[in-house]
Amino acid sequence: MIPLAEDVLAGQTRAIARAISRVENGHPDKEALIDALYPHGGTSLILGLTGPPGSGKSSLLDLLIDKERSAGKSIAVIAVDPTSPFSGGAILGDRLRMQKHATDDHVFIRSMASRGHLGGVAGATSDAIKVLDAAGFDIIIIETIGVGQTEIDIVELSDIVMLVLVPGLGDEIQALKAGVMEIGDIFIVNKSDRDDADKVKAHIEYVLNFKYMEKPDQKNPIVMTSAVKQDGINTLRDTIQTYYQTILNNGMLEQKRKQRIKAEIKNLITAKIKSKVEAFLHDQGSIEAMVDGLYEKKRSPYAIINEKLNRFLQEKQSI
Amino acid sequence: MKQKLRILISKPGLDGHDRGAKYIARALKDAGYEVIYTGIRQSPEAIAKTAIQEDVDFVGLSLLSGAHNELFPEVVRTIREAGGNNIVIFGGGVIPEDDIADLQKNGISAIFTTGTPVQTVIDFIENQREQISH
Repeated sequence: MIPLAEDVLAGQTRAIARAISRVENGHPDKEALIDALYPHGGTSLILGLTGPPGSGKSSLLDLLIDKERSAGKSIAVIAVDPTSPFSGGAILGDRLRMQKHATDDHVFIRSMASRGHLGGVAGATSDAIKVLDAAGFDIIIIETIGVGQTEIDIVELSDIVMLVLVPGLGDEIQALKAGVMEIGDIFIVNKSDRDDADKVKAHIEYVLNFKYMEKPDQKNPIVMTSAVKQDGINTLRDTIQTYYQTILNNGMLEQKRKQRIKAEIKNLITAKIKSKVEAFLHDQGSIEAMVDGLYEKKRSPYAIINEKLNRFLQEKQSI
Repeated sequence: MKQKLRILISKPGLDGHDRGAKYIARALKDAGYEVIYTGIRQSPEAIAKTAIQEDVDFVGLSLLSGAHNELFPEVVRTIREAGGNNIVIFGGGVIPEDDIADLQKNGISAIFTTGTPVQTVIDFIENQREQISH
């Protein structure tokens, strides 16, 4: 086994941090590292925390860490923030809200830039979770970038998705729409100290009543919190525990995890094929000829692309 | 593709003047680096542990309170002790010229005083790029 993997399994902070960097940077050892670590995972509870920018995700997380630490749990956080499409740089500012846990050896916080990935997390988040899982943390929490309506990759990464909503984002029609509103396992209405918080709760209930008209007992829990006033955090923790027990007992957890593996297999295979095709097109140097052919209207797009693709498949077969 | 550099910007001690730290964080973001910002009032231990967890290549310290002669070397010591031997540490803020040589002797690679153009900091970072090992 590569030495770094052994150090990760031994729970060494520096090794865990370095392993995540290797995953992020596509280091040549990445695949061997993940393959070595993978069999040791599967013991962590993986929570997703998502919601609009400024809804209080990091502040809630800070308070949730307090509660879980009091209960003796070890916690790892991956906090994702957006990479600038203009400069490629990023300001990773989530951990600022959780910095009081910086000196706690049982809390590991890692900021991650999205690096062009669009689904609310980074391309490397999935493998980073495997590193943390193998390192033996009781709970791994993924905080997404501030999301809009369609960034829902967190579903494919976590056992339980917590969706944070706040007053002032719209009416029940907004809540009825497809996308982010469909992915919450637990709904959190943060900033409950504000006037319209009850209305937000009513809108969510309105939507859930439609969704679960025939099985009202399966309605998702809604928790009211105020990070500023430190309200509702105990209830949130209890709700997570209860939800976890429920999905563990009714087989949903296993189903979700298998679904996650299935999605990942597809993603990885597609990504590998894509890079092979890109390399093929690059080697051939013939994409320019295709451009010229199409620009001058001498060729038609699908004819020329199918021709190229067939040549790629033939070459791959002959290897 | 060039290695993406990660930089921790932090304010040690009790100084709350964070405009400079935020300015440099933003400027380095615009220069294409991944910048982790801890906020104010950080202990050397918190900065060191953050630097290790975040696996950063650089740590930039900002201080305007006058406690740099005590705090900067202490941050260097705790980072090295935590195993961050290759992390390049630089500082900025209100630092008298007379203090700079001693700080450099104590492991602060560069000091950027008030009014330093951002490009000077970027050039410094790029010059260190070769030494960064992953």
